[in-house]
Amino acid sequence: MRLAAFDEMLPEVSGLRKPYTAYDRWLKEQDPARLTEKMQDAERVFRKTGITFAVYGEQEASERLIPFDIVPRIISGNEWRRLTQGIEQRVQALNAFLDDIYHRQEILRAGRVPRELIARNEAFLPEMIGVRPPAGVYTHIIGVDIVRISENEFYVLEDNARTPSGVSYMLENRETMMQLFPELFQKIKVRPVENYPQLLRQSLAAVRPQSTKGAPTIAVLTPGSFNSAYFEHAFLADQMGVQLVEGQDLRVVDGHVAMRTTEGYKQIDVLYRRVDDSFLDPLTFRPDSALGVPGIMDVYRAGNITIANAPGTGIADDKAIYSYMPEIIEFYTGRKAILGNIPTWRCSEPDSLKYVLEHIDELVIKEVHGSGGYGMLVGPAATKKECETFAKKLAAKPSNYIAQPTLALSTCPILTDKGLAPRHVDLRPYVLVSDRIQIVPGGLTRVALKEGSLVVNSSQGGGTKDTWVLDD
Amino acid sequence: MLLGRTANGLYWMNRYIERAENMARLVDAGLRMALTRTQSASEEWNSVLLSAGSDVTFTQKYQDYTAANVADFLLRDTSNPSSTMAAIETARNNARMVRTALTRETWESINEAWMSLKRMLAKPIDERDLPSVLDAIKRETALIRGSFYGTMLRNEIFDFSQLGTYVERADNTARILDVKYYVLLPSISWVGSSLDNYQWESILRSVSAHRSYRWVYEADYKPTNIADYLILNVRMPRSLTFCYRFLAEHLKFLSDDYGEHHPCHATVERTQAMLRAGSIKNIFDAGLHEFLANFIQDNTKLGEEIAQDYRFN
Repeated sequence: MRLAAFDEMLPEVSGLRKPYTAYDRWLKEQDPARLTEKMQDAERVFRKTGITFAVYGEQEASERLIPFDIVPRIISGNEWRRLTQGIEQRVQALNAFLDDIYHRQEILRAGRVPRELIARNEAFLPEMIGVRPPAGVYTHIIGVDIVRISENEFYVLEDNARTPSGVSYMLENRETMMQLFPELFQKIKVRPVENYPQLLRQSLAAVRPQSTKGAPTIAVLTPGSFNSAYFEHAFLADQMGVQLVEGQDLRVVDGHVAMRTTEGYKQIDVLYRRVDDSFLDPLTFRPDSALGVPGIMDVYRAGNITIANAPGTGIADDKAIYSYMPEIIEFYTGRKAILGNIPTWRCSEPDSLKYVLEHIDELVIKEVHGSGGYGMLVGPAATKKECETFAKKLAAKPSNYIAQPTLALSTCPILTDKGLAPRHVDLRPYVLVSDRIQIVPGGLTRVALKEGSLVVNSSQGGGTKDTWVLDD
Repeated sequence: MLLGRTANGLYWMNRYIERAENMARLVDAGLRMALTRTQSASEEWNSVLLSAGSDVTFTQKYQDYTAANVADFLLRDTSNPSSTMAAIETARNNARMVRTALTRETWESINEAWMSLKRMLAKPIDERDLPSVLDAIKRETALIRGSFYGTMLRNEIFDFSQLGTYVERADNTARILDVKYYVLLPSISWVGSSLDNYQWESILRSVSAHRSYRWVYEADYKPTNIADYLILNVRMPRSLTFCYRFLAEHLKFLSDDYGEHHPCHATVERTQAMLRAGSIKNIFDAGLHEFLANFIQDNTKLGEEIAQDYRFN
């Protein structure tokens, strides 16, 4: 099935869109052979620097590159301003929701979100009830997935409020583009993204525990070098100039979390953790976890360490909660959501389930707790048999699923052997929360490289593009 | 300040880079012997394996000491943890783990060495290609060393890396000498025969010292001079004395930086004093083999002490 999609560079109705005029002029002057060469250069750069990711379940290709396309995705200054307003509002609401849900639970009392959705949710951590994190911030780093379907319609697809990844690609993509096409950046004023690591460091330092004296010691906690996002963990630690630690390096010493160094144990004040909640503390959560720090939750409750993002933030980006985001935003900010949600059917509700089962071949169906494009069904792209198998799974455990209409995601051209060709894209801007909210102008544009495909996840054959926000 | 785990990664990364290169050098020396003397080639390959510390595992897998088998085992067999391929892979895994401590150039040179050797050693090596494969291995490790020396800040990261390099190198040189110590003993009657000449050259060649030897000593190979060169020479970059000069220096940097003296400092000083006071005559009088066996043991102990003292064991 082909959906008539809105192309961000060359929409069929109106011809070349304004943000792309300068780029288009430049592109027309280029020798196609030279562009192909540049594309190969880009791959070599990525391979050499080891910007790879691991794909679970594929032993052979244990290290792969995320394909990079050299045509930038361009957003005008105006479009960006509108997006940032919507994102700021959303992020405020997410933090307010988390604070509420772990304290007075006003939103449940008001009946705006059903109580059982929280109580029976694995992402809700009872251990966090009554705990107020340093500076009152729960989710410090957020990657909001946004899709576009027309000139003026943007929707939020997902709020990644736990440990959003991909920011290193945003930075490396820009770096690569500047190396490949320095002249382009002189012609076109693109807002910089490269100060993200400094902003992240400042942002983490600003939410240090109150008891911290002097400059806080910050560290990035990684599950280890075999994790699929290890490159990014190392990259961020390096760029921020902080230690990259693993669970085995840490232990609780005198009521603080400390890392084992060549000179003995040294206290850590702020931990940017890239380890899931359940592995964080074997004494509180999964006892078999070797990735966490025994006792870190006690230190946290005593207010002696900042964990970013806070444990239990998953309740805010859970796919079942997602469908209530418009209500949540209105409840805490008193205004209607600037950025809309994609209409969502909660399969736990009998009427919705009935509709979803009847229209399975038209919908995108996702697991409530899944991520990375695993365990989802794209109805229009699936075979009849795949739909039937999925329907059985769905009927067996309806509360595990949500469904959304198959949207005609906007497209942006990529460079292929036969010239430019449109491919579907989404956008993940990165948001930092401390005593203020900062959004780096840009983000990660993910692109479905297969013609017609709507799945942009890197684990499912997606690629990336540099994302330009124009300084206009 | 450095994580203990990072110090560990740096130390082993460099030990394995050094090892990857030493394997190529050993095969190179063996190949030269096999080419010049067809008769006892298998004996020569046997001593190459002994020097590599891999003779037992080799005999479990292969029957014959041929160039193809030994080269395969020492260069590309990843079930042999000391083979060039396995070593470069371990070095790269360690480098990946300590990436934040390395300059971009250093990391890239290691990553590229791993990529190119993986490609080159994917299939069994055709004997005709062996010399060029050995050259390529030495070139890759030289590139790593070059970017490392050219770009790394001289701090504790550098110190722990160098400790790994020199502990491994001292071990390697001592082993090579110990496997062949008997051909250096003056008491044996066939001293000075052409057989000895080949053997002696082979020793020097396996530490890439067959040319520089002649710059320092006269043209003729003499066992005492060879032993002197590899054990006591202060300028020869693979001699035991040279290795210990740098081990002592980097351990001193660490004790100055941290303001802490550890057991490893006492050990390195003791070995250094022993090397400084020794003459090659004394060493031969007391027994070359005994001297080397003791040295290897002390060197291993030093490695263990460093790990313990700096909390990366």
